[in-house]
Amino acid sequence: MEFGFTTAAYVVAAVLFILSLGGLSGQESAKRAVWYGIVGMALAVAATLYGPGQGLWWLSVVLIAAGGVLGWIVAQRVQMTEMPQLVAAMHSLVGLAAVFIGYNTHVELASVQGMDEAARAAVTGFAQTLVHKLEDPMAGALISILRVETFLGVFIGAVTFTGSVIAFGKLAGKVDGKAKKLPGGHVLNAAAAIISVVLLVVYLQSGSTLALIGMTAAALFIGYHLIMGIGGADMPVVVSMLNSYSGWAAAAIGFSLSNDLLIVVGALVGSSGAILSYIMCKAMNRSFISVILGGFGGTTGPAMEVTGEQIAIDAEGVAAALNDADSIIIIPGYGMAVAQAQQSVSELTRKLRAKGKNVRFAIHPVAGRLPGHMNVLLAEAKVPYDIVLEMDEINEDFPETDVAIVIGSNDIVNPAAQEDPNSPIAGMPVLECWKAKQVFVSKRGQGTGYSGIENPLFYKENTRMFYGDAKKSLDSLLPMIE
Amino acid sequence: MKIGALTEVFPGENRVAMTPDSATQLAKLGHSSVIQAGAGAKAGFSDAAYAAAGVEVLADAKAVIAAADVIVKVRGPDAAELATLQDGQTLISFFWPAQNAELLEAAAKKNLTIVAMDMVPRISRAQKMDALSSMANIAGYRAVIEAGNNFGRFFTGQVTAAGKVPPAKVLIVGAGVAGLAAIGTSVSLGAIVHAFDVRPEVAEQIESMGANFVFLEFEQTQDGAATGGYAAPSSPEFREKQLAKFRELAPEMDIVITTALIPGRPAPKLWTEDMVKMMKPGSVIIDLAAERGGNCDLTVPDQKIVTDNGVTIVGYTDFPSRMATQASTLYSTNIRHMLTDLTPKKDGVIAHNMEDDVIRGATAAHLGAVTYPPPPPKIAAIAAAKPKEKAKELTPEERRAKEVAEFKAQTRNQVGLLAIGGGLMLLAGLYAPASFMSHFIVFVLAVFVGFQVIWNVSHSLHTPLMAVTNAISSIIILGALMQIGSGSFLVIILAALSVFMAGINIFGGFMVTRRMLAMFQKS
Repeated sequence: MEFGFTTAAYVVAAVLFILSLGGLSGQESAKRAVWYGIVGMALAVAATLYGPGQGLWWLSVVLIAAGGVLGWIVAQRVQMTEMPQLVAAMHSLVGLAAVFIGYNTHVELASVQGMDEAARAAVTGFAQTLVHKLEDPMAGALISILRVETFLGVFIGAVTFTGSVIAFGKLAGKVDGKAKKLPGGHVLNAAAAIISVVLLVVYLQSGSTLALIGMTAAALFIGYHLIMGIGGADMPVVVSMLNSYSGWAAAAIGFSLSNDLLIVVGALVGSSGAILSYIMCKAMNRSFISVILGGFGGTTGPAMEVTGEQIAIDAEGVAAALNDADSIIIIPGYGMAVAQAQQSVSELTRKLRAKGKNVRFAIHPVAGRLPGHMNVLLAEAKVPYDIVLEMDEINEDFPETDVAIVIGSNDIVNPAAQEDPNSPIAGMPVLECWKAKQVFVSKRGQGTGYSGIENPLFYKENTRMFYGDAKKSLDSLLPMIE
Repeated sequence: MKIGALTEVFPGENRVAMTPDSATQLAKLGHSSVIQAGAGAKAGFSDAAYAAAGVEVLADAKAVIAAADVIVKVRGPDAAELATLQDGQTLISFFWPAQNAELLEAAAKKNLTIVAMDMVPRISRAQKMDALSSMANIAGYRAVIEAGNNFGRFFTGQVTAAGKVPPAKVLIVGAGVAGLAAIGTSVSLGAIVHAFDVRPEVAEQIESMGANFVFLEFEQTQDGAATGGYAAPSSPEFREKQLAKFRELAPEMDIVITTALIPGRPAPKLWTEDMVKMMKPGSVIIDLAAERGGNCDLTVPDQKIVTDNGVTIVGYTDFPSRMATQASTLYSTNIRHMLTDLTPKKDGVIAHNMEDDVIRGATAAHLGAVTYPPPPPKIAAIAAAKPKEKAKELTPEERRAKEVAEFKAQTRNQVGLLAIGGGLMLLAGLYAPASFMSHFIVFVLAVFVGFQVIWNVSHSLHTPLMAVTNAISSIIILGALMQIGSGSFLVIILAALSVFMAGINIFGGFMVTRRMLAMFQKS
């Protein structure tokens, strides 16, 4: 009877989780969707605590509360620009938890196998499920499957853990953001992966703890080395990929614990991360493999030569053009987040809109360091979301636009992607801001962005360079908008 | 340095080379300015306005020449005016060094530096100082206005209670800067505009301005753009073809504006006497090439004549001067840009860098030597036109066939995937125990649901999506909770740590999502 209640609670929780993700299709329904998620989680935890075989429930409650307080504080304090590193840090926790739980399963299994009949009858909780498996007529197959599941859970968890820690370091600026590889490159990764497979076979045969530990070390190395080799602008893909991994880890653990809710949620999270990675890769016109293997694909010929000069303009010139313009599109990029300029952007938008101008934002899917990063920053600065548009929605409007302002973005507005078949980013969908009547680029100085690709946009006749720190530049602009 | 602007001595010239605005900008470069009293009067700039902008107003030309280091003017100097300049001074103005070789010699003898605004090379970097273009733009506009002044009808067609008015038909010959300006102006007045140019590549520009490109069937079209954006002389066969086309058009056209010029040659005769005779009475011809002999046979420079069959031919050569305020504003800005390039450090010191393509090109005399003609610029004026690949237009049948093929490919893919997936499932089912299979089915279905649900998530909510999936991926806490009751000490420690970490994640994840979503506001 108790078992039945737990299962029922899990079904409800699973439905709530699905609704919670589905609700994110719109800004308004999303606010309700979070509550579905919260209720689902509370229900699942309560049912497990109340459910069969639970011991030490007081310890669990205390730990959840302690962790909860910590999580709460972090969530309240975090700046919206720091969101990418927070997400990465939280992924690492899930990864580590998966590793621990996997080890627990291994330890429990070993101890249960060592027990005699009487002792087996006496055990409760998780060990009891294991006993059921051992006493099953197909015990051999079940144990093998259990070992594979545990092994997988630990492997994915360990990769997620170190990968997320490195991603966190890179996003927080604590680790150099450049792509770095140990000598040997991907051969090392491949070797570590092969070692893991060999150890899996060993582990299946013997159940040796050493094999498990060896594999964990290899997996930790893979996570570290894989993410070290990926550079700053590819971070959106990395973070969503790690998101996906943390889900698959949970699903693998769910299999080993025979817990359907874990499987369902793990699969949901895993597919969500996979889709996000796919969208990001599509937006950069690169295959997932090439992002993971790091670096840009080889160029097929010399890049088109860029002729002309970058023409600078001062705040007065920009202000005059903005005062004359009727329609304005702002294209924010990671540079805006770095300069913390979103408040100034919002203030500028408010002033321009108060004058009856049509101000909109164009967001490239890979702008920033996290999928949807720019949207959150603009929302934080109180820019209404209905003027913040995606690339596909707004790209056709540039020819009718008087002024396009590029703030801290580079590759996502690079016309070389369309004009130069030899460019490393050829074929990547970009925001066609150069079709606007006039383009202002707010940029710290001359020079190329992360990818090191020359941007012909800066040399176009209708482009003017507005050099300086984005926040200071915009602030100097504000009083001149009348 | 001191920049001095003189009153134009050429009769009927209303423009001035410095405006109060440009003087303010010059001050930012570290230059101070002086101007001859009354220099801006005919262009609508009073001496008081100059004084207010910080310009020193001096009584006569002599005083200005004595005070200034650099003299700016619109028209090139005549011999007498050149003689009054101080030795070693810099003069920035139109000069036409090709036509004024003697004057240039005299200037070099006086050790003058001559920066000829008409010699600014046509490269994109120099567009901001291309005075010929800015003046041509004004001329094109004014030509249409002048035509309207002499034309007895509306430009736009109207149907009124008092009867129907047909729209005026305008032909623009030569789609350079002036031609394009004329096209824009006449289109916006409502006329039906046709335009012709020997350079086929400008067809796109003409059509973008709203005019019809007069298409000439001619095999061997030449690449007019190779000569730095100007048209090259055409072959006799081409010319014949062209005139035949014009003869065909002449009876229909109400207004003809000719702007065809070839650098360093007299204007080509494109509108012959017999074409004028074919035109309807009341028609107007504006010949913007009048200064160089005119495109029309009957043009009399600087005069307006009416032919026997009632066609008005305007041969004025001073269109920009007729719009002196606008022309002065643009010209003075061109001059200011030239000075910006001559003052690279913005410290008020002129560095005449003869290595610079633009400065070298425009300098006709420097340090006592004639430096005209300049060597060809290092950068090609206009990138050689690339052959354009046109996307193949698909016929409806082809498109339909393509759609069908795509649909079939999609179906094949989907069925293939289903078959492979189903096969694998069956295979797993054959060997795996039933209890595993039940979990496996749950897993596969959950992945499927996940894919369906996540595609609908709005792009702008991807960050909240990540935060929420993060929070719910800490469902892994269930595993830890199930294990924490176990007897083994190690297990309890590891499980407790997992519970703690998952706890952070649950609360942190949901909290931060809520914070983010609360920020999204509708306007």
